[in-house]
Amino acid sequence: MLPLSSTIEFSTTASLALALVLGLGFGFSLERAGFGSARKLTAVFYLWDMAVVKVMFTAIVTAMVGLFVLSSAGLMDLSELYLEPTNLAAQGLGGLIFGAGFLVGGYCPGTAISAIATGRKDAMAFAGGMLAGVTAFAEFTPGIDAWIKAGSLGEMTLPSLTGIGMGWWALAFVAFLIFAGWGMGRLEQRFAHLRPQG
Amino acid sequence: MSHTLSAHRNLAPARASGQVKALPYWNPYAVGFLLGLVLLATYAVTARGLGATAAFAAVSSWLVGLGSVAHVEANAVHVRYWNEGAPLLNWTLFLLAGSAIGAFLSGWQGRRLSFTVERGPRISDNTRLMLAFFGGFVAAFGAKIAKGCTSGQALTGGSMLNVGSLVFMLAVFAGAYGLAYFVRKEWL
Repeated sequence: MLPLSSTIEFSTTASLALALVLGLGFGFSLERAGFGSARKLTAVFYLWDMAVVKVMFTAIVTAMVGLFVLSSAGLMDLSELYLEPTNLAAQGLGGLIFGAGFLVGGYCPGTAISAIATGRKDAMAFAGGMLAGVTAFAEFTPGIDAWIKAGSLGEMTLPSLTGIGMGWWALAFVAFLIFAGWGMGRLEQRFAHLRPQG
Repeated sequence: MSHTLSAHRNLAPARASGQVKALPYWNPYAVGFLLGLVLLATYAVTARGLGATAAFAAVSSWLVGLGSVAHVEANAVHVRYWNEGAPLLNWTLFLLAGSAIGAFLSGWQGRRLSFTVERGPRISDNTRLMLAFFGGFVAAFGAKIAKGCTSGQALTGGSMLNVGSLVFMLAVFAGAYGLAYFVRKEWL
């Protein structure tokens, strides 16, 4: 029965070794997608290359369908999976700030590591900024954590909120991905002239 | 014409003339599928998905601990990553270490390793490096408030249809698209 961690108690060594192996696939995928390049990543915000949305959306839908199938087949207990509690204000505000940092910094935390591994100096500066940022958060605004907790709505998913099952949502997301894929192709043609030359 | 202009042409070697030509990236839908399988495998093994920001928090906790352990233990945020004196034995940190190896192998095979600064043609390397640091600082703060980043919230929570994660994802794109016009000189 999956997840494995619900039936097997991993030792620290085994757990960290698993992290390394899974990370290998994570970083390989990100670099293959072009996400070791800040220009490729930020191109999504100028609409001439929508790869960020295509990759993210496809990954989300793939995992969603996989989780649904495994759970329907009785192979995985989804209630064992960790869900970050929803706090609309925290995730909305944090997301806006994060988006600004992503655009100006050129990376997100995971992709910065892929970029550093392939030699991008600006990604090293980004990672330095991240380190300073998490430290500043801990030192100067540790109280924000209590605010986040106080406004938490607990575990909340679209199926639990709407009563519409995960399978229907997965189906809707697949349909939307196909439609969005067509739309993104159109956008890329429309804004191809924004691609910097040289 | 549209085909050569759109999508998957390689960007990486633009400033590295004289080097071997980089191979094209993979089709984004194909990589997305692969990334989705990695995410699914991570869920199936660990019951938690991917993440990244926690690794930075662990390193921060470690660095502060080098100066003063008492300070770490007195701080509600640092102490969560302290791991009884072994903050570097952090699951997400090892995930990122693995991802660095995976990215290096992919970049090496694709001839995309190059020691460069990624930026638009109209700003200097130094300006870009400062903006990258600043952006990293801001992104870290946002991720701490949202309790996750593109990996931990958007990808991981999104695939479980977590409402907070979907709100986060929409907010990220709203923030970035809202600001894109004003910082266009950095990228265009």
